[in-house]
Amino acid sequence: MAVKVLKPGLATTVQDLGRPGYYHIGIPLSGGMDRHALVAANLLVGNDAGAAVLEAVFMGPELEFTEDATVAVTGAELPPKLDGEPRETWTSFRVKRGQILSFDFLKQGARGYIAVAGGIDVPVVLGSRSTYALGALGGFKGRKLDAGDELPIGSAAATGKDGRTVARDLRGQPAGMPTELRAMPGLYWHRITEAAGNGFFSDTWKVAPEADRIGYRFKGGKPLEFVPREPPFGAGSDPSNITDACYPYGSIQVPGGTEPIVLHRDAVSGGGYFMVGTVIAADMDLIGQLQPNTPVKFVKVDMNQALAVRKSRSELLGKLHNALA
Amino acid sequence: MATQQIFSPLPGIFYRKPAPDKPFYKNDGDVVAESDTIGLIEVMKSFNEVKAGAAGKIVRFLAENEDAVMAGQPIAEIDV
Repeated sequence: MAVKVLKPGLATTVQDLGRPGYYHIGIPLSGGMDRHALVAANLLVGNDAGAAVLEAVFMGPELEFTEDATVAVTGAELPPKLDGEPRETWTSFRVKRGQILSFDFLKQGARGYIAVAGGIDVPVVLGSRSTYALGALGGFKGRKLDAGDELPIGSAAATGKDGRTVARDLRGQPAGMPTELRAMPGLYWHRITEAAGNGFFSDTWKVAPEADRIGYRFKGGKPLEFVPREPPFGAGSDPSNITDACYPYGSIQVPGGTEPIVLHRDAVSGGGYFMVGTVIAADMDLIGQLQPNTPVKFVKVDMNQALAVRKSRSELLGKLHNALA
Repeated sequence: MATQQIFSPLPGIFYRKPAPDKPFYKNDGDVVAESDTIGLIEVMKSFNEVKAGAAGKIVRFLAENEDAVMAGQPIAEIDV
């Protein structure tokens, strides 16, 4: 069984829950940017939570099915159409051999997850089927999809049921604007003045159009003012430079003190920019659903708050598993 | 004569010209062929051409150069 790619969309990639364990040697986590939605798509079609799916950003692909299949689309409101007929997001549906799955314009969010019962059966590389396009690793030939590609589909454990759906409160997507991203001040917090630190958390930032799987860039807040210093050995003369260090997933670097970049699933693992803090793990899925120009505020939290939110996020995932068991 | 809208396929920044120092692709009143490019959408470090999609005459642009646009937003109207 295979799915033929008639049109690839903007940057559609094969993703699963990622490739942890190699970041220290420069290979990023990769995997879906909204992992909650990715898991939901898999559970809807009867796959294991971490089966490989397609992540379509801003624009859906056009796919032809060579066999009957069960499909679900979650994450962004990227409305699916089967032979031109509308289908619901967050709901499984049957596809007959020869039918074509396409998508309407993106209505909300940024990334849609397209799961097919049986999973996208590309080779496992370093423990994952996720695509790391910058390193030409994993996924379908290490790259985003092109027209003419044929994606192998695994054999489904059981015939997927259609019409299964995910209740709104289990989708993990809080409503309301501006979106709040909770962050903890980091090791380099002392490098900026108190006024700059306050400004960072009180300003409204907007998602820059450059934002992608590597990092989400934000614009529109006040430039950060640095505390004067003698540059330490190995750091450049720009006040935002540090002696090279590890970059955590979620860390917020601010090159030149002007535009914060939150490192995401395909990020570089180290470098010489100071990091103002780190977005908490529980809010990283949210970033994956931000469109360009969306207003965002960073909200300061401490470790206890971060751990409490992480716990409730993981409980939400547990409820999702129970609901779709 | 019917009027047809051209929609942005993507969210991002809309440009009416191929480069800052170049003229607009098309102006209000210009005749367009189906495959003519009428603008670019910048998103994720890529510039994506927007085609007219139908032959006709551009009635008017509905988005300005460098406007932030949403997917599905009408950016021009053409008489077809």
